[in-house]
Amino acid sequence: MRVRSIIAVLVAVAIVGLLVYGLVSKGNSRLAVGEAAPSPSLPKLDESGSGSLKEYRGKWVLVNFWASWCIPCRDEAPDLEKFQQEHGGQNFTVVGIDTQDLSDDGTKFAKQYGLTYPQLHDGNGDNGHEFGTTGVPENYLLEPNGKLAWDEPGPVDAKILSEHVAPLLPPNSKES
Amino acid sequence: MSPRPGRGTLTTALAVAVALAALLLPAAAGAASALRTELNEIEEEVMCPVCGTLLGLAESPQATREKAFVEKLVKKGESKDEIKDALVAQYGNAVLAEPNGSGFSISAYVVPIVAFIVAAVLLALGVWKWRQASGSEDDDDKSDVDGPSDEDRERLDADLARYDL
Repeated sequence: MRVRSIIAVLVAVAIVGLLVYGLVSKGNSRLAVGEAAPSPSLPKLDESGSGSLKEYRGKWVLVNFWASWCIPCRDEAPDLEKFQQEHGGQNFTVVGIDTQDLSDDGTKFAKQYGLTYPQLHDGNGDNGHEFGTTGVPENYLLEPNGKLAWDEPGPVDAKILSEHVAPLLPPNSKES
Repeated sequence: MSPRPGRGTLTTALAVAVALAALLLPAAAGAASALRTELNEIEEEVMCPVCGTLLGLAESPQATREKAFVEKLVKKGESKDEIKDALVAQYGNAVLAEPNGSGFSISAYVVPIVAFIVAAVLLALGVWKWRQASGSEDDDDKSDVDGPSDEDRERLDADLARYDL
């Protein structure tokens, strides 16, 4: 009888544990300011190997999650490229992460909008989920130590970039 | 100056054209139908990663691009497995509606089988114990059939005597 009770309790605990695990793993907690950004190795969009956000430690990085099928991403791409032209260099870069997208479509998109900043491919969207993205586009500004300084859960434009991102960057960010 | 074709020649040409059309149209329709069937089959076996539904049910912009990708590969003559591999290369294993049967995904097949076996063993044990318990109860019942003990008989007689029935 005692053994049976122990088994029943263990089964109940296992079921509750599974339910809790399910809830926790479904919960898509968004990266908070001051938290270290996940930086797994991802294939480069131009298929020239792999890359990681870790490679940009020491620089401010604006991580832009996008996809070629996303209409707001088309609107923000020229502004991001312009911002990269103005501020990209030794201390800052935009890094695009093409997410849940066909790599050919992503490559065509980058070419069409003349995007010169580095591009990674997150085909299954796992890296985006680790950041806590709920869609595309989303933007995250990382400090040189890889921690989140600011984020925008949606598209950015020239005004947002100049008001929220530019003031955080070091004055001499345009250096090569 | 070339001679004008006669009525017989025109009729023959027309007959040949009709015969060719009769031969080629069903073949073309069959090929289109086979293509559609294969597309539909694949769309029922892979997911739209953004929508979290089967590709065949999805209407999102991402699903539209994925369908176009599948259609392009079907037209190229690639097999269903090759197309699925190409989709996995683009979107990861989550694009497969069914787990691929290797690595952690194999648990999707193994866990239900193990759970079924465990449940069957527990059920068999339960039935066995229940039958044993009911068997011993039957034995107890049989001992009751022998009738009340002498002590009970005496008490019953005493009670009946008290009521003077």
